Amino acid sequence: MKKLKQRSINKEDSVISISGLYKSFGDLEVLKGIDFKLFKGENVAVLGKSGTGKSVLIKIIVGLLKPDRGEVVVLGHHVDQLESKELNALRIRIGFSFQNSALYDSMNVYQNLAFPLTMNRKNLNKKEVDEAVEEVLEAVGLTDKLKQMPSDLSGGQRKRIGIARTLILKPEIMLYDEPTSGLDPITSAEIIELINEVQQKYNTSSVIITHDLTCAKNSSNRLAMLLEGKFLKVGTFDEVFDTNDEQVKAFFDYNFIQ
Amino acid sequence: MRNKYTFSKGVDEYFSGIHKAYLFTALFFREAFKKPFHLREVINQCFEVGLKSLALISLTGFIVGIVFTKQSRPSLEDFGATSWLPSLIGIAIIKALGPLVTALICAGKVGSSIGAELGSMRVTEQIDAMEVSAINPFKYLVVTRVIATTLTIPVLALYCSFVALYGSYLNVHAEETSSMISFYQSAFKTISFLDITTSVVKTLVYGFTIGIVGCYKGYHATQGTRGVGKAANQAVVLAMFLIFIEEVIIVQIANWIR
Repeated sequence: MKKLKQRSINKEDSVISISGLYKSFGDLEVLKGIDFKLFKGENVAVLGKSGTGKSVLIKIIVGLLKPDRGEVVVLGHHVDQLESKELNALRIRIGFSFQNSALYDSMNVYQNLAFPLTMNRKNLNKKEVDEAVEEVLEAVGLTDKLKQMPSDLSGGQRKRIGIARTLILKPEIMLYDEPTSGLDPITSAEIIELINEVQQKYNTSSVIITHDLTCAKNSSNRLAMLLEGKFLKVGTFDEVFDTNDEQVKAFFDYNFIQ
Repeated sequence: MRNKYTFSKGVDEYFSGIHKAYLFTALFFREAFKKPFHLREVINQCFEVGLKSLALISLTGFIVGIVFTKQSRPSLEDFGATSWLPSLIGIAIIKALGPLVTALICAGKVGSSIGAELGSMRVTEQIDAMEVSAINPFKYLVVTRVIATTLTIPVLALYCSFVALYGSYLNVHAEETSSMISFYQSAFKTISFLDITTSVVKTLVYGFTIGIVGCYKGYHATQGTRGVGKAANQAVVLAMFLIFIEEVIIVQIANWIR
């Protein structure tokens, strides 16, 4: 598997900065004071058990959910204070890859990829759209699937097309929600490789939500362990798992490390 | 914490549901007159609504025409008034049956299909995917569908009335030889401009109701695939209920004007 190329990261150039973030749903408190920074050019994996609020965190970053309290600054903008037009302008700079790919069922692969582009860049002609679609399909290695419907694709192919759809708008930040969930180990390895290739080719900074340690280890520069609504530890793989904390150790023990 | 003035969860949910539906409808009117208009999608949806219902409406309209004529003839024969049959049929079909039959068929066929489609898009995060791609899903999915049903259902109702009149003519012709022109002339002799206007207004209101109810139920679907089924079912039941209430109100208003 092609590993993530380690790059020098400027710790003063943060693209996402979160402080004192709280979010609850009814009586259920999900996030209880999150502080987090993502620096330009780095990949950070957010680890944690199911239901700990990992997906909620990236949905707040992209403005799909509003925080109860706290500050979320993305590419210099306070996300929760933006008007809808400004929020859309920011969203074009963020790519969001959904856990179940969220491809549009009624559209074929070409239409799925062209749709965000034609809706956001009205001045593009057909040739330019075709070229952009071809470029992202090449990046994810699925140029032969242009006319297929999402229902005809395998799980791994759907994930790839989902990633291609976000790449077509040339995002600066990528948010991956469980990119390897539901995939076999070989396809998972291919997706991890794709995440690393995307970072290198498109120069993105990424947040990778996962509970898969193999994915976290091989696709990220840093890891953040989310437990009981807070980041218990943030650091490199060895820093996070070199601990006596029972919960972190249990999480490690139940995962298979490649 | 629950408000101390909340006296029952059911009543609370009922009123908050009405408030949510009101906000949804208000948002439709705000978004409908703002650019971009997505004309191509409106035309696509008009074809979807029209083509999906055409065969069923043709068949139902034809049968309604035949059955209504068959049922009315004996009563008129008792009074020696069979010559009034075309007028009676004309009044019944153009003023009431045509619009109502079309609306009920479309509530079942189109309303459920919109509810299920948007519901499945909601639970599979396709609507969220649009939002994070800086596309306004309300405008693209809801506004286009509601405009399509509002414009298409009056045309279908008109078509249904003509097919029903044709069915009726065939039945009359089987019993006594008469020309189609004289049948249609007699049928329209007693129809005033107000009757036609009322029918058109009725069908516009029915079309809007079917579209907005289907979209509202689908757009707010929850609880996975079970929620999709529930949304489709509720879209049909609520739309039919509202159509009957609207029928009574519009007929009352037309009578006052007369």
